[in-house]
Amino acid sequence: MRALTIEVGPPHARFAALDTLDIDIAPGEFVCVLGPSGCGKSTLLGAIAGHVAATRGEIVVDDLAVDRPHPERGIVFQQHTLFPWKRVIDNVAFGLKMKGISASERRQQAAELLSLVGLAGFESHYPAQLSGGMQQRVEIARVLINRPRILLMDEPFGALDAQTRRMMQALLLDIWAKIHTTVVFVTHDIDEALFLGDRILMLSQRPARLVADIAVPLARPRTDDSTTEAAFVEIKRRCLALLRDAG
Amino acid sequence: MSATLDLTGRQRSAATQPTPAAPASRRSPMFRRALRTASIALFVAAWQLAVYYRLSLGIVTFANVPSPADAIPALWDLLHSPKLPMHLAASLTRVLAGFCAAAVVGVGLGLAIGRYRALEDILLPPLEVLRPIPAVAWIPLAILMFPSSELSMMFITFIGALFPILLNTIHGVEAVDPRLVATARGLGTGTLSLYTEVVLPGAAPSIFTGLSIGMGTAWFCLVTAEMIAGQYGIGYFTWESYTLQNYADIVVGMALIGVLGMGSSLLVKRIGTALTPWYRLRGARQ
Repeated sequence: MRALTIEVGPPHARFAALDTLDIDIAPGEFVCVLGPSGCGKSTLLGAIAGHVAATRGEIVVDDLAVDRPHPERGIVFQQHTLFPWKRVIDNVAFGLKMKGISASERRQQAAELLSLVGLAGFESHYPAQLSGGMQQRVEIARVLINRPRILLMDEPFGALDAQTRRMMQALLLDIWAKIHTTVVFVTHDIDEALFLGDRILMLSQRPARLVADIAVPLARPRTDDSTTEAAFVEIKRRCLALLRDAG
Repeated sequence: MSATLDLTGRQRSAATQPTPAAPASRRSPMFRRALRTASIALFVAAWQLAVYYRLSLGIVTFANVPSPADAIPALWDLLHSPKLPMHLAASLTRVLAGFCAAAVVGVGLGLAIGRYRALEDILLPPLEVLRPIPAVAWIPLAILMFPSSELSMMFITFIGALFPILLNTIHGVEAVDPRLVATARGLGTGTLSLYTEVVLPGAAPSIFTGLSIGMGTAWFCLVTAEMIAGQYGIGYFTWESYTLQNYADIVVGMALIGVLGMGSSLLVKRIGTALTPWYRLRGARQ
């Protein structure tokens, strides 16, 4: 993105959510966006997805400017948006159905993805019958079936309990290792950001500017032990200090 | 990794357990059914007593009302009458024709109005003006507008069924979670697919509620409709009984319309529940 400025809000109370952001993300990178509450992280993600229009500046993904939502830029939110009237397998296969792929073909691909996220056997369930963690996994599978160039995640594990969250983080890294799409992961949890990311972008309070761009040199695959390494603690200390100053 | 397997195992067994509410409610449906039957029996008994004792409460009097003792033989006669099939067939045709037309128009218009503000502003005001007009008041216009009396009668049942269907559809469409629509768009859904894949299933529970209510109101308009013309029809039978002063037959006709109306309304509701299995699961995980 270049010189990205986004203003949001009703016409009589417009304010700048993001101010002149200039960010480059390489393909295959796992980028985490950190920042104080309400700083505009979700707005940034919405802009990359194409839901939010930029007031000034531009976002370019693979040499194509972003101006509307597209399956190439999949987005996962904190609350799932699965279709309650479709079974799990049909929810996951939905993207392919919109592309016109035949039923048997897309069901097969959906089944593969479901086993990738660890939900083999739940194809015929309705979303209401699943737990929060499982619903988020279906949501991730549904987005991934379109083979997106970039996967956007807006605090996707925020509504889950701590244990499920750890499991989902490990699962996400597992999937990412296999699929290697670019990921932009928004969170307010430093531990989560450090565990998952190659790179951390720290945003300031609203109007958000880029405060820091920190590389996370921890070895992959990451495990629970990674969180107690010296390097981890060092970066965490830095981030905490920056967050304190920013917010 | 073992932690992952444990969690999956636990969640899998939780998902396949039957909902805990099932055993407790197995006793209550029978009790409730008994209660409802007893309530109706009590109502009939009270009615019989009120007429037998020529109850007069000042404002209302039961002295001239036919009692169940009068109505039941009349019902027996009707059920054995050779004319009954023709009455039933005529009425059913009119109600079903009116209802189906109302379903098509109501759901179609409702889907469009619910989604597009402009259509709501253009179409809804005249419809809202027409809504409070009772079926009886439509009779002269129906006779003038339609060449055959059959069509006029179907028009009356159509008008009766239209508004509940239309308004419930609009409500259902407006209640579709906009996040679902946005997600569908983000997954590459075109406008027509948006309707069939997202809006229609999302609004389906409300639509079926509307259809069920509409079926009931179509039957209620039947007496009015069949006052127009004809020789056959349960509504016609009721109205004729009034003019011929066969008061017991009036009660029979009313009861029959009530039963048929309630029955067909319940049928539509059952069909709706069968077609929307996910709706019953809404509370399953809580």
